[in-house]
Amino acid sequence: MHTTDYLQFAAYAAIILATTQPLGRYMAALFSGQKTFLSPILQPVERLIYAICGVQENAEHSWKRYAGHLLLFALIGTITTYAILRLQHYLPFNPMGLPGVPPDLAMNTAVSFNTNTDWQAYSGEGTLSYFSQMTGLAVHNFLSAATGLAVAIAVIRGFARKSTKTIGNFYVDLTRGILYILLPISIVGALILVWQGVPQTIGGSVDAQTLEGARQTIVLGPVASQEVIKELGTNGGGFFNANSAHPFENPTPLSNFLENLLIFLIPAALVDTFGRMIGRRRQAYAIYGAMGILFIFTLSIAYFAEAMPNPALTQIAGYDPTQGNMEGKEVRFGLADSVLWAVTTSGSACGAVNAMFDSFMPLAGMVPLVNIMLGCIIFGGVGAGLYGMLLHVVIAVFIAGLMVGRTPEYVGKKIESREVKLALFALLATTAGTLILSSIASVTPAGVAGLGSAGPHGLTEILYAFASTDANNGSSFAGLSDNNIFYNVMLAATMLMGRFIVIVPILAIAGSFAAKKTVPTSYGAFPTDTGLFVALLIAVIVIIGGLTFFPALALGPIVEHFALSAGMGY
Amino acid sequence: MAIARFRAPRLLEGRLTGAASIEAFRKLNPATLWRNPVIFVTEVVALVATILAVRQFTITGGEHNGVIAQICAWLWFTVLFANFAEAVAEARGKAFAESLRRTQLETKAHRLISEYGDATEDVPSSSLREGDIVIVSAGEIIPGDGVVIEGIASIDESAITGESASVIRESGSERSGVTGGTRVVSDSIKVSITAKPGHSFLDRMIRLVEGAERQKTPNEIALTILLVGLTIIFLVVTASLELFATYSGGTIPMVFLIALLVTLIPTTIGGLLSAIGIAGMDRLVRANVVAKSGRAVEAAGDVDVLLLDKTGTITFGNRMADDFIPAPGTTMAELVQAALLASLSDETPEGKSIVRLATERYNASVDPATVERSIEFSAFTRMSGADLHGGEEVRKGAVDAILAYVSGDPNARARQTAPDIAHAVERIAKAGGTPLAVARAGKLLGLIHLKDIIKPGIRERFGMLRQMGIRTVMITGDNPLTAATIAAEAGVDDYMAEATPEKKLELIRSQQKEGKLVAMCGDGSNDAPALAQADVGVAMNSGTPAAKEAGNLIDLDSDPTKLIEVVLIGKQLLISRGSLTTFSIANDVAKYFAIIPALFIGVYPQLQALNVMRLGSPQSAILSAIIFNALIIIALIPLALRGVNYKPSSASALLRRNLLVFGLGGIVVPFAAIKAIDLLINAIGMA
Repeated sequence: MHTTDYLQFAAYAAIILATTQPLGRYMAALFSGQKTFLSPILQPVERLIYAICGVQENAEHSWKRYAGHLLLFALIGTITTYAILRLQHYLPFNPMGLPGVPPDLAMNTAVSFNTNTDWQAYSGEGTLSYFSQMTGLAVHNFLSAATGLAVAIAVIRGFARKSTKTIGNFYVDLTRGILYILLPISIVGALILVWQGVPQTIGGSVDAQTLEGARQTIVLGPVASQEVIKELGTNGGGFFNANSAHPFENPTPLSNFLENLLIFLIPAALVDTFGRMIGRRRQAYAIYGAMGILFIFTLSIAYFAEAMPNPALTQIAGYDPTQGNMEGKEVRFGLADSVLWAVTTSGSACGAVNAMFDSFMPLAGMVPLVNIMLGCIIFGGVGAGLYGMLLHVVIAVFIAGLMVGRTPEYVGKKIESREVKLALFALLATTAGTLILSSIASVTPAGVAGLGSAGPHGLTEILYAFASTDANNGSSFAGLSDNNIFYNVMLAATMLMGRFIVIVPILAIAGSFAAKKTVPTSYGAFPTDTGLFVALLIAVIVIIGGLTFFPALALGPIVEHFALSAGMGY
Repeated sequence: MAIARFRAPRLLEGRLTGAASIEAFRKLNPATLWRNPVIFVTEVVALVATILAVRQFTITGGEHNGVIAQICAWLWFTVLFANFAEAVAEARGKAFAESLRRTQLETKAHRLISEYGDATEDVPSSSLREGDIVIVSAGEIIPGDGVVIEGIASIDESAITGESASVIRESGSERSGVTGGTRVVSDSIKVSITAKPGHSFLDRMIRLVEGAERQKTPNEIALTILLVGLTIIFLVVTASLELFATYSGGTIPMVFLIALLVTLIPTTIGGLLSAIGIAGMDRLVRANVVAKSGRAVEAAGDVDVLLLDKTGTITFGNRMADDFIPAPGTTMAELVQAALLASLSDETPEGKSIVRLATERYNASVDPATVERSIEFSAFTRMSGADLHGGEEVRKGAVDAILAYVSGDPNARARQTAPDIAHAVERIAKAGGTPLAVARAGKLLGLIHLKDIIKPGIRERFGMLRQMGIRTVMITGDNPLTAATIAAEAGVDDYMAEATPEKKLELIRSQQKEGKLVAMCGDGSNDAPALAQADVGVAMNSGTPAAKEAGNLIDLDSDPTKLIEVVLIGKQLLISRGSLTTFSIANDVAKYFAIIPALFIGVYPQLQALNVMRLGSPQSAILSAIIFNALIIIALIPLALRGVNYKPSSASALLRRNLLVFGLGGIVVPFAAIKAIDLLINAIGMA
């Protein structure tokens, strides 16, 4: 526990707070069809894209058409990625001559990148050609992030509009998200990372003679360009298997800090965009507040659990208890940066890692797991965090509305049985899926075969894999060997479920809100922009999530925590 | 607010409880129970647990026989208790329906044989059809719901309203509706029957309280969806736990898992949900309001704007004397005495109010014998009063008329009066009142201020409504000046002066366009379009058939302020549901801490740390949780039937209070209760 750690946390929070409003305002203007400072340069490009693709800029879609186009787009993207991976040995930019990717792995990876999960069952540098990395994966880092963003914007429009059928044009939202938000920030970010020493080349690997005289192959590649969008788009799929712990992905404390900021940049600002577009900014502050409180809370638990000396090591001579638990961490980042990264990457649906959670203390390792189980709603994935949170808001508002004796309403929209049904379906179908599939994996020989540890720790690894793919987070607890047919299929199914069983109902909710009248704020309805509501929202998230996952957690990290305290490891 | 006019049976009366207990068993029938998904699931797993237990006792053998048998019993108790809650609510309704039915005696009706002429035939009331015309004379019971088409009669409606004073019903007026089962006290009327047999208000009320016509309201449906969702997720949680346990190298007896499931699924609210709904409808009927649908009651809880007619709702129907203003040179006593003399034989409400004001506030008294002849009001003179023995004339009347009278010049105008009087006249008019002038022996003595008297307590009620977030709009035919004065005095938020039915309808439409829910009450045919347009339309039972057809609630007492009670009942219904749902979900936290360590302590002894209640043994922990889960249903039945305490206050205050009581309380209470049950179980050695 060091002062510098706190200063780093404070600096991180301060910068995120400072960027929220400008970026939020920019996105609100962009998606409301207003001119932005980039419009003079980008509008011709945008028009050209629409002309080529035959998109009619002003033709808006009903929620069904919006969802239909989105699903079709994702399907085509997935099939294309699959084909590229399978056929990479016939395609260019394969200097190391890597063979085609096996079908199950190619399918898992294609789904993974098209659902913004970026679960990596493969090892990037040893499996994928540069062409696959760039066109198969990096492209989808943009497209899947922009898709999430588009859904969030469509949902915001649902809240903002009244008595209308349409919620926007999917292709327009998608194009604008990429062109005006993701690309400009990525270009600037990549240049900074190159300055920090991240490689950006399409040349082959370098052979080096080590001091001992052995030959070592050092893999290079177009790392910087992929690195920025990996964080910015809350994708998480690293160029290297070691992800952001790898010195070429994340060479310095400064690069680490910047990459970490990129993770929360858009999700935090998007909450502000929500407030601006519905014309009720205090409502957005309430959601922001709930996310912020959960963030501080989870960060504190993880930090203090990790900063405690490991009871298993205190007896060993030479162990410095003030160091906390440094196992599995990069010394250039240290404990604080590793914990901060763990909390942001799991709170958002990013999933990039700069330290291995497998080596965290049980309680600290439980924090990312719980964050992910709650659905990655602490700012969350690009777009996904906001719309995931709004599902919880619908439930919280419904319960609160009943308690004050009024049909509940949120930002002027009455919440009726259709919305409750859809929100519940989206929330519960995915959590139920996580529990069912992970419990099956825990008793199937194929499921337990790949475990890195036995007992509760092994169970945590399984739970983590399914929760992470379900929430489209994509981070891994490490320890689980998951590149086999069983996990590739099971986890691909979980990713699809976690993505589309949420997106379709939330778009349906958006459609039904857009069609409703907007009710004026009445004194009789309880305000949803107060501390009381923030507390209720957090309680609903924690209690519903807790009730669902507590038994599983009890058998995983909780029992491990008590066992470790008693000097017993797994 | 005296809601209960009929005596509500005590919450758990012996006779009712007995009948309800039997009914609870009858309700085990899955064909009907499936309508309550949470309890249905409980019944199914109780059955599975019982079969497994019997199998274990007879064939396979196994551990924990005693505890397993007890768990099975408590699972069944959980179902029975939930059924009992519903049965009690229904039994209370049935008992009430019985008392209603007693008023619905078979009577003879004198039906007109043809539209022309007065020849009648006697037929049983049950054979009357819509459109039949009957003649009802003094002392007879009106054979069915209908409308007076000829004549005027005073009617004793106490059978329906409990109110002993009889009311006047007159053809062609706004008060032409009559209800079957009420008795004509004087005169004779022709009534056109408007209800088919079995569809009278009484029949409707009976069906409502018996629960036969109960349909789930939109909010109830949404809540049921939430409960079903939670039930499914807990089914998944429990099922996955079985597999996780296998992974962890332990086995959990199936019956224990079933116990966990039943404690987790929201049985508390699931068991009480229909009781809350029935009790809410019951309260409404006891307030003498018949709802055409449950939807209307719920909408009442949601109302944003309340349109209220001034006359009868906010003010008494008539203007009343409020003050005396003596003319210069006249003493107050002289004026009061003259006013009293002039009003002694005045039978109008205004006249009576003058007498009351003079005698009560000014202790004036006169000898009636001094009056030789009383002068009735006439539209021609616009004065009334008395001629005294000795020829002295006392008059009161419209200011113009009295001025003309005292000056002896029919064209005299106010300009000839003292400026003080002219000033006072103006002041009274501005305040929305009506001035009356008083003269004695040809001399103007002063003025009487007649004003609309606001009903006592109405201001407080509007304050209450404002706290609930409901805006009140007063509708009146008065001019804007008068309307503004009364509106300010009554404390309404807004008013509509010089209102016409069209303007009223327009107001409702514009409010609805803004997304507000509007409630109003009305009785006349010209109110019908507005009643139909309003989200909540309360029609007066005394009103015309058109109005009653248009409204979605009918007030048998014909009391316009009833709207406020309806709003309260609607809100209380929603709050009771919401609060018990929160309580039910919050309870699960403690149950986890009781059951999870108990299930896995064999595999992971470290989990003893989660046994924060320090329950005696794993078996007693599970048993305590399931016992608590069953008993809490019984414990909350009175609350469900009575409704959660509801004091009108802002939504924030209400939410804070209910979250504290039912949310936080829902987390804390079971910890204490489960611990207490565990202590008891271990003390008497049940586990």
